[in-house]
Amino acid sequence: MKNKASIVVIGGGITGVSIAYNLAKAGVKDIVLLERKYLAYGATGRCGAGVRQQWGTKQNCILARESVKIFENIKDELNIDIDIEFKQKGYLLLAFTEKEWNQFQKNVQLQNSLGINSKLLTPDEAKNIVPFLNTDNLLGAAYYEKDGHANPFLTTIAYAKAAENLGVEINKGVEVLDILVKNGRIKGVYTNHGFIETEKVVNAAGGWSQNIGKMVGIDLPVYSERHEILATEPVNEILGPMVMSFSYNIYCQQTPHGSFIMGYGPKERTTSLRSSWQFLESMAQKVTRLLPPTKNLRVVRQWAGYYNMSPDHQPIVSKCEEIEGFYLAIGFSGHGFMLAPAVGILMKDIILEKKLSWDVVLDIGRFKRNEIIKEPSVV
Amino acid sequence: MDEEKIIVCRCEDITLKEIRDLIHEGYTTVEEIKRVSRAGMGPCQGKTCGPIIAREISKITGKPIEEVYKPSNRPPFGGLFFKEIVGESNEE
Repeated sequence: MKNKASIVVIGGGITGVSIAYNLAKAGVKDIVLLERKYLAYGATGRCGAGVRQQWGTKQNCILARESVKIFENIKDELNIDIDIEFKQKGYLLLAFTEKEWNQFQKNVQLQNSLGINSKLLTPDEAKNIVPFLNTDNLLGAAYYEKDGHANPFLTTIAYAKAAENLGVEINKGVEVLDILVKNGRIKGVYTNHGFIETEKVVNAAGGWSQNIGKMVGIDLPVYSERHEILATEPVNEILGPMVMSFSYNIYCQQTPHGSFIMGYGPKERTTSLRSSWQFLESMAQKVTRLLPPTKNLRVVRQWAGYYNMSPDHQPIVSKCEEIEGFYLAIGFSGHGFMLAPAVGILMKDIILEKKLSWDVVLDIGRFKRNEIIKEPSVV
Repeated sequence: MDEEKIIVCRCEDITLKEIRDLIHEGYTTVEEIKRVSRAGMGPCQGKTCGPIIAREISKITGKPIEEVYKPSNRPPFGGLFFKEIVGESNEE
């Protein structure tokens, strides 16, 4: 491992590797990425793998739209021959309450204004897309056919390999123990494999990002929530889009591999990463009611992961005002995987002090300025 | 025996050669190999292939097997149909 770096990226999830790749692509040398366990150990490797552009805020819409453009051309972008299993068969969002339905109308209008051609559907039209959907009490749905799925592990590895090809040093099994700050400036990183001298550190530690913040004496405005998820045995394709309901608190999709992945957020602030029988029972009730043929699916595995929540459910991609050389890519609120391609570009812009590639406000100062608009569409 | 014909993960149909190639590529934990290849993600949850993969990692990297094999047992143990959980009342 190098003992000197121009930039140290902490976190080997999709966000960390995307940032390292984009910096290296822009010509930065001597980038070192540190991962405590192995790539995609944390939230990336535990996520629902969905990629959606149907958001309720301009920022999330833009980040998702730009990320999808990259997912669509990932092999050309990264120059890596790894199939990330990107599939675009849409997201079908279900409205069961007037409030949700009104929100969807606003969301679709916003999305359309940003070039995301989502549309509103009647319950019958929703049934055309998912014929076995239980439409009892359904008021309507929102749908965009360009939303979809990608394999989080393979996407992370593709970005990591591309970064390595550009000279980034990726270290697995290296834990950050402390960060050296002098006179308000980053000076280096202490790890279980020695000290790395550097003036720039990117905190992309996801569920553990608060701990990294504490190492420089900053109390970051994010917290981690445990969410649970399960996977079934693979079966022939019966479900094209991701089906999602905010009032049911569920998302469910069939991956290209054939297995179904589904989850929801019990919204628990706990450090446990264990899964619970309560989740399995509750999910079984929800999913078999909404999509009755799923009762014949066999669950093979369930697990838990962290959502690193920000106060407005939008990412914080920012430099840290208090500490010179400390950068934040945190608070993805459950959507870090799908936004990572664009986030890597934004962090590159911020570190290299260039104009942001897109008109978005993701700096941490927005909370103090009281400029926040909360993302309304989160499971 | 031909390592291309030896199936290590029967659920996901993964051969010994594929496992060895991944270890040589630098994936030196059972968890990483699972994430990259799906070995151990099928109905048996790695009960069969987990120890075999660990043995291969240990042989190739020289790490002791106790260091390599720490399975994370995830529920449900045997695989369960949703209908077994919700009961027959939900049947159409």
